[in-house]
Amino acid sequence: MTTSDFNAILPVLVLTSWACVLLLVDLWIPKDRKAITAWLAAAGLAATLAVVWLLSGFNLSGFGGMVALDGFSRFVSAVVLVAGIVVVVIAPGYLNQRQIERGEFYILLLFTISGAMLMASASDLVIVFLALELLSIPLYVLAGFARPRAESEESALKYFLLGAFASGFFVYGVALTYGATASTNFQQIAAAVAAGQANLLLLSGGAALILVGLGFKVAAVPFHMWTPDVYEGAPTVVTAFMSVGAKVGGFAALLRVFFTAFPALSANWAPTIALIAALTMTLGNVAAIAQSSIKRRLAYSSIAHAGYILMAVVAGGAAAFSQFAASSALFYLLAYGIMNLGAWAVVIALEKRDGTTNPIDDFAGLGAARPGLAIAMTLFMLSLTGLPPTVGFIGKFYVFRAAIDAGYMWLALIGVVTSLVSAFYYLRVVMVMWMKPGEGPVALPRSLGWVVGVMAVATLVLGVVPAPLMAAAGRALLSLFASA
Amino acid sequence: MNVLFATLTLVTFFPVLGVLALLFVPEEQKDTLRWTAVVTSVITFILSLVMLAQFNPADPGMQLVIRAPWINIGSTWNIDFHMGIDGASLLLVLLTTFLTPIAIFSSWTAIGERVKEYMIFFLLLEVGMVGVFVSLDLFLFYVFWEFSLVPMYFLIGIWGGQNRMYAAIKFFLYTMAGSILMLLAILWLGTNVGTFSYTDMLGKVPAAAQGLLFVAFAAAFAIKVPVWPLHSWLPDAHVEAPTAGSVILAGVLLKLGTYGFLRFNLGLFPEAARQYAPAIAVLAVIGIIYGAIVSYPQKDVKKLVAYSSVSHLGFVMLGLFALNAQGIQGAVLQMINHGLSTGALFLIVGMIYERRHTRELAQFGGLWKVMPLYGTLTLIVTLSSMGLPGLNGFVGEFAILLGAWGAGGAGGSYGSVLYAAFASLGVILAAVYMLWMFQRMFLGKVENSANEGLKDLNWREVTVLVPLLIVIFWIGLYPAPFFHLMAPSVGKLVSALQTAAVALR
Repeated sequence: MTTSDFNAILPVLVLTSWACVLLLVDLWIPKDRKAITAWLAAAGLAATLAVVWLLSGFNLSGFGGMVALDGFSRFVSAVVLVAGIVVVVIAPGYLNQRQIERGEFYILLLFTISGAMLMASASDLVIVFLALELLSIPLYVLAGFARPRAESEESALKYFLLGAFASGFFVYGVALTYGATASTNFQQIAAAVAAGQANLLLLSGGAALILVGLGFKVAAVPFHMWTPDVYEGAPTVVTAFMSVGAKVGGFAALLRVFFTAFPALSANWAPTIALIAALTMTLGNVAAIAQSSIKRRLAYSSIAHAGYILMAVVAGGAAAFSQFAASSALFYLLAYGIMNLGAWAVVIALEKRDGTTNPIDDFAGLGAARPGLAIAMTLFMLSLTGLPPTVGFIGKFYVFRAAIDAGYMWLALIGVVTSLVSAFYYLRVVMVMWMKPGEGPVALPRSLGWVVGVMAVATLVLGVVPAPLMAAAGRALLSLFASA
Repeated sequence: MNVLFATLTLVTFFPVLGVLALLFVPEEQKDTLRWTAVVTSVITFILSLVMLAQFNPADPGMQLVIRAPWINIGSTWNIDFHMGIDGASLLLVLLTTFLTPIAIFSSWTAIGERVKEYMIFFLLLEVGMVGVFVSLDLFLFYVFWEFSLVPMYFLIGIWGGQNRMYAAIKFFLYTMAGSILMLLAILWLGTNVGTFSYTDMLGKVPAAAQGLLFVAFAAAFAIKVPVWPLHSWLPDAHVEAPTAGSVILAGVLLKLGTYGFLRFNLGLFPEAARQYAPAIAVLAVIGIIYGAIVSYPQKDVKKLVAYSSVSHLGFVMLGLFALNAQGIQGAVLQMINHGLSTGALFLIVGMIYERRHTRELAQFGGLWKVMPLYGTLTLIVTLSSMGLPGLNGFVGEFAILLGAWGAGGAGGSYGSVLYAAFASLGVILAAVYMLWMFQRMFLGKVENSANEGLKDLNWREVTVLVPLLIVIFWIGLYPAPFFHLMAPSVGKLVSALQTAAVALR
């Protein structure tokens, strides 16, 4: 292992080593003081974030081009790490209340985060697969963390079975791609295609199967079936991470694979992904209307948002504007992460201790009982709808613009129409909070209050001053397109 | 000039300071909350008078312009914080800042619960409305446009009547349905014309693309106006909204739609405007007559006034799409007039509702004997709304009909004088339903014993109505200053429209 190899995986290395150390340390932490593990985990995440930040400006490649540390992977890593910190901050209270606090929770979370980071760094299909499993396996366990609650166990099993199935598709896709190009390295695949040495039929089949595998991770229609049940059954803190971290990781791999390995096939995959995006936005938003449980409603909402991000991927596939368009995907991921984590944090605050059902009527009267919380939730809902002046509006504006630039007016039209549909169910939550009388006050742990507050401020501030982050997202993609 | 302290920034964002102040006032101190809101909106009005003083009526272009980069990244993003006013937007900003304190003051006793949130939403609403009128960047415009929906949604949904949640969501979804098409059109313009700035875009929109863009913008504005047959949200929203909400809804929010037509559909797409003028005029005339006919049998006074808005705004649309100076000037003035008269009518309805908790026409009768002052003021407003000479409504409608007549002549945008003829019918019908309403409420004997002991207006209610009445008389007797303010700007627009007309031939 050379220094450059070492540097290229340094952030992931720091985090996984820390997780291993913590696994041992946790043995000596008494059962009733697991919050210490949480703080240690948060410190590890913060340290990793610092490493990511210290490495900014570098463009490294390691292990014979299998792993890359560049602007893109740093941007994605930062998003996932921040999401991780947020979850670690709110988890102790939640787990403690339900008497399922065990130290492994935080350690599994660290492993799954390193998986998501590695997905953004992977430049070889084998590493993508490795990262995919590193991301998924701890998540399967985390989904069942509320054992012996049947819903949680069901959630874990469902996620595991369908996840294993999707991994199968992915590996088969990798095999076909290898058969077609004699390589699993992104750049070599692209080079083989450019040189005309690839069997295009095999390669298209491989790309399609890889798309299926990753489509499952990001919960795109028609690979979304698991999402509502898994999101509903899993402990809500896990759901919150799943809806952001796992999705961001999946999209990172999707972007890198399709932009650097298969750019020459974009005329084939862009229309396919466009169709998937259209289906995802439509089905996610329409199905969300009928849900009476807030967790299921947000699950469908997160399916729908995958559609908007896919729209940006499609736009990136159209050559002339690809960098601009692909950076809209990154910006949207970030915007989605902020508003979605905020919304889940509010859901966690309101969840009943038994945690069995979460009807939307639980939000009744929140405007009077807890105006601050209700204002924040209103912001998140407006942002998820895509209304100004929030970060969600800027994200949608960016994505729609990318789609129109790329000549996908019909897709943008579906995007705006489904946004209108989504207004109906997001506003329904707002309506219940402010316009229906409710019960007494809600207890709000301080850590949760902080998370909700920070996310609400970010939703608003980034909605008014989005330019610096847009520029950062654009810079993050430079490396991706330089290597292509 | 420093963008932060420019006049337009101050006029637009001053209410935000009031919102911040309100956040620190405890919920229980209701009078402090009310005074904070009133004082904020009065200062905003004074700031808008400063803006008026700085405005040069002779200059037809955009004035008091501020422009600072906002979202500028490389060559792909060039969105500016860009504001400016011309004669038409100046008058509409003044209307907004004038009506807002009146509306807030009128909710003194009507709103007794959750006063703090109410006042906050009201001031935020003002920010959104003024922002729409002064934005010169299409992105900024869209931000304010959508933003103004949110406070109104809450005002209807929290402080409204029985069916408020249904009305609030209907209002929101209807309006948003229109705006999403406009969003796509704005995005298309930003990509293909290469700028989001209204002033940079003028005259650069390719004629071939104007048709679809016109339709997309019109979808947003027509729902807001509302143009028949897209009006069905309006009666629901008005009936459920609290009084002050109705005042602002009718007084200003509907004008966002007509202003949008004036600024964007006529300004950016002159060729398309020319082609679509007859079609829009047909809808406008149908709206005029339909609104009037539907108003007549209404049992609920508020609903009657709501439907009368459909009719009145039909006049505004007819005037705008006459595409000549009289028509457009009349339309702009009629926007102001409708804001004053209909705003006053909603206030009047609210005053009797506070006393009797009903708005059923059949419950009233002979009120003039019980409440003479109330009766007199109502009569003046009623007459103003139906366009009696000497009051404001007449001046606007007369100019519009004059414009419509001209548009029916040779080379005019409609090509037939039938439009003007049918629209005149609307004037007569307005007299019918307004007088019928007045008669049933105020004349005859007091038959319902519940009406006998009603108190006449108190000083606060008179204070609310008097400023409106002063302007109603002012415009009716001496409208010249208003025309003087907007004439150069309208003239500039009309000459651009005529160039487009020549190009079409």
